Amino acid sequence: MSEISFSFDDKIFKGIQGEPMAAALLRNGMLSITNSTYHNRPRGIVGLGVEEPNAIVQLVSGTKESMLPATMIEVTSGLEARSLTGVGALPEHPDEARYDKTNCYVDTLVIGAGVAGIRAAENELRTGREVLLIDDQSEPGGHLRHLGLELTASMQNVLEQKNLTYMRRCTAVGLYDQNYVIAIERRSEHLGNAAPANRARIRVWHIRADRVVLAPGAFQRPLIFANNDRPGIMLSHAAATYVALHGVKIFKRAVVVTVDNQGYRDALRLHRYGVQVQAIYDARPGAKGSSVDAARAAGIPIRFHATVIDTSSNAEGACTNVTLQDLDTKEIFQTDADLLAVSGGWTPIVDLATHIGIKPTWSEKHAAFLVNQNTEKLRTVGMLAGDFGGDDDPTIFFGPELDSEQARHAYIDLQRDTTLHDLRRAVGAGLSSIEHIKRYTTIGTAHDQGKTSGMLTIGALCQLHGGANGGLSPADVGTLSFRPPYVPVPFAALAGRERGLLTDPIRITSLHQWHVEAGAVFEDVGQWKRPWYFPKPGERIHEAVRRECRAAREGVAVMDASTLGKIDIQGPDAGIFLDRIYTNMFSTLPEGQCRYGLMCKADGIVFDDGVTTRLGKNHFLMTTTTGGAARVLSWLEEWLQTEWPDLKVYCTSVTEHISTIALVGPKSRQLLSELVTDIDLSKEAFPFMHTRMSNIDGIPVRIARISFSGELAFEINVAWGHARYIWERLWTLGRPYDLTAYGTETMHVLRAEKGYIIVGQDTDGTQTPYDLNMSWIVSKKKEFIGKRSFQLPYLKSPGRLQLVGLLPLNRDEAIPEGAYITVVDAGPDKHGKTPHTGFITGSYFSAILDREFALALVADGPSRMGEVVAIPIGKKVVRATICDSVFIDKENIRRDN
Amino acid sequence: MLHIPCPHCGLRNETEFHYGAEAGVAYPDPNALTDIEWAKFLHIRANPKGWLAERWVHFAGCGRWFNLWRNTITHEIGPAYLPFTQQPKAPDNIGKEDSKA
Ligand SMILES: [Zn+2]
Repeated sequence: MSEISFSFDDKIFKGIQGEPMAAALLRNGMLSITNSTYHNRPRGIVGLGVEEPNAIVQLVSGTKESMLPATMIEVTSGLEARSLTGVGALPEHPDEARYDKTNCYVDTLVIGAGVAGIRAAENELRTGREVLLIDDQSEPGGHLRHLGLELTASMQNVLEQKNLTYMRRCTAVGLYDQNYVIAIERRSEHLGNAAPANRARIRVWHIRADRVVLAPGAFQRPLIFANNDRPGIMLSHAAATYVALHGVKIFKRAVVVTVDNQGYRDALRLHRYGVQVQAIYDARPGAKGSSVDAARAAGIPIRFHATVIDTSSNAEGACTNVTLQDLDTKEIFQTDADLLAVSGGWTPIVDLATHIGIKPTWSEKHAAFLVNQNTEKLRTVGMLAGDFGGDDDPTIFFGPELDSEQARHAYIDLQRDTTLHDLRRAVGAGLSSIEHIKRYTTIGTAHDQGKTSGMLTIGALCQLHGGANGGLSPADVGTLSFRPPYVPVPFAALAGRERGLLTDPIRITSLHQWHVEAGAVFEDVGQWKRPWYFPKPGERIHEAVRRECRAAREGVAVMDASTLGKIDIQGPDAGIFLDRIYTNMFSTLPEGQCRYGLMCKADGIVFDDGVTTRLGKNHFLMTTTTGGAARVLSWLEEWLQTEWPDLKVYCTSVTEHISTIALVGPKSRQLLSELVTDIDLSKEAFPFMHTRMSNIDGIPVRIARISFSGELAFEINVAWGHARYIWERLWTLGRPYDLTAYGTETMHVLRAEKGYIIVGQDTDGTQTPYDLNMSWIVSKKKEFIGKRSFQLPYLKSPGRLQLVGLLPLNRDEAIPEGAYITVVDAGPDKHGKTPHTGFITGSYFSAILDREFALALVADGPSRMGEVVAIPIGKKVVRATICDSVFIDKENIRRDN
Repeated sequence: MLHIPCPHCGLRNETEFHYGAEAGVAYPDPNALTDIEWAKFLHIRANPKGWLAERWVHFAGCGRWFNLWRNTITHEIGPAYLPFTQQPKAPDNIGKEDSKA
């Protein structure tokens, strides 16, 4: 045992390496630790472990953890901590500590290494099972340790078995379905400066166990009485443990108030370690048992049917006097005491069991809620299962009757400063359910999640409703259900190593580095990084986009389209399969040709779109939207596996196998012809929606005449790794053409000018192909997914949101995307609301039209051409005319050139 | 976190799977149904309290769809079986809570 120094609120204290900070503070006379959050009353240490409601501190050294109970911090040399009133302050700097996580599979997981847990582990080992034993304390033994006793040789032997792994400082924080347990292991903080730099501060364990044995033990309960929150009023088991085990000598004269024999055991320990126990006040009419006899033999006065009703304090707020009451005669009397040790019975830790929906049952005999489970998969042992040991015979008692003035200072939840008065007010307001009362009063919602206050609330409710005199029993009220986590878990621990760049995968194309070097501004599209626009020095976004658009419409421009989802579809039934998936026909598509396709879900709503190319008799290449690739592949697989297993079709994601370079603009053919010499690129030899195999400097490429801009355009498809070479060659040859790279913003403008939709942007999950003016793509000749739904009345009814264009009356006035459209001058309806008739899905400035324009979903839009609508934006109203959604080249002369 | 037995890969964590609602709902001949019947097929699925045969796909593993008995109250997992194979019987009410509910 080595003596160390640590600081608390900037004062230096001596402590023993590894002991709880609460013990060291008490030994140093720190009776009052902090002031309470709402009532500003001095508060001291109450408990022994995670149940501590008062002594919450924040660490200033090391990882600046903002709220930790002083009972759970092991002091080390140089540790610095501060008291805390209310919520902790988040540190200003990121948490630099290391956190990790690991998975673990085990035959039996035993939670709690007290006597019951170790015995249970022994039984499990005996049947040949491998056991993981976890416990939140620094040493095994549970209550044995608090009593200063060593493990017996046989218990020590259990811990040394090779089939058993014992993990200390490891708290199970959640129990989930099929015995999935998350536990938090504190690995380095207790070592202080001696901790190896590479050791994780906390390790999160994801444990799957064939069997879980719950041996969590119990918390001692306080009692409800006036001024029960003063420093010097403690749980008796905690007080006796600090005095007997940790050498706390600050208490001279104690009063013990109890409802069970635990109070006697603790009184005896206080007595043996030099505290004068003035008397034990026992709420029961009488008591039997060895501990009662021992207390009597030690000369400690015992008074039955008496309990504490109030306390008074010195100038610092610490307890100095205790007011007691005879429960028969109601006689009041007083005694002085600097320690009031309270034993209100035991509350077994039901938290983990309630995580998976188990309802604890009330036991009159134990005056406690218990969980008795003994299935193959889940067992409960020890106090949780009702094995209280000893000679306990508790009574159901939560505190004396208090008048309304006393109730104002009778605390139920010390951390929330919630009193019996607050509880009465909640009941007076008509609340009866414990869950409602919790939310109304905030009892049990603080850092400690009601570990000491939950059962008091239930008890006080019973007393309000008549108590033992034919009123409610705790069985009627029921226990609170707890949710994970059992103790607070730092977000950093849950994040583990998945921080910063490792938070989420980043997908980049094989041309990414070129884009970076060209100064592209990127946008995130799902996990993809896509160039948004390529500003020249000094250019702002709209200037860059206008330049890029003009190049695509008047010269030649190039875009990296590699993120498009690509699915390779092969098999003798591939054509039939695509006929069923797409609204239009694919089985008749000749080899070497491409076709735009639209797919719907069975409910008739448009799901995705893209161009699919027939590469061979039994071989298609489907493209999907960038964001839709994964869900489209899942969709195809679902139909193949669960509805059409007779179809011989195989689908493979090839998104990252093939890079796609889109060469766009009236001069694209001329530029490409400098690079591709083995095929005829002329309009006649290589028409729109055709594809040709070729090579560039010996690199195989597939060229396709596909256009998402409405311009003459060629797509160059090449193996992912060769894309940069092809792109560089284009760039060199393109210099005389002023070849311009463009990003997604220009792509959006170009496609919108042409009225090409983006599923998910120009649709809101309610559009059929008909709502998008795409009846031309719906085959009448064949069955396909969604076809039947087009006959449903609600997909044909008036008022559906349908795609149109909008031109603002003022050609320079931009309309924000998402803005609601109203009928001009309709004014508010009888509910005071202005009815809307649609919304803006895309809004851009067109360089070629030299004006603002928009796409929109408008109720019955296509039948309202020419109507002027109003778009309120803040205080101003933009007016715009409904028009066709195709703004340029309706005849496709540019595209098909 | 359910522990789900993929018929191809064995027991895996729920996060590797996607849910696909009630199993055994055959895709009907769309043209043989009235509008109401078709709308019911589209939108209405059984949601019983207790055992339900469900469709799941092991998307982060083998990518295969399969069927699985699951108790919607106790979250107990019953047998898994492949599509187009004989459906095993619903498990007995192992779920103690459930039998009372
Ligand atoms: Zn699998």
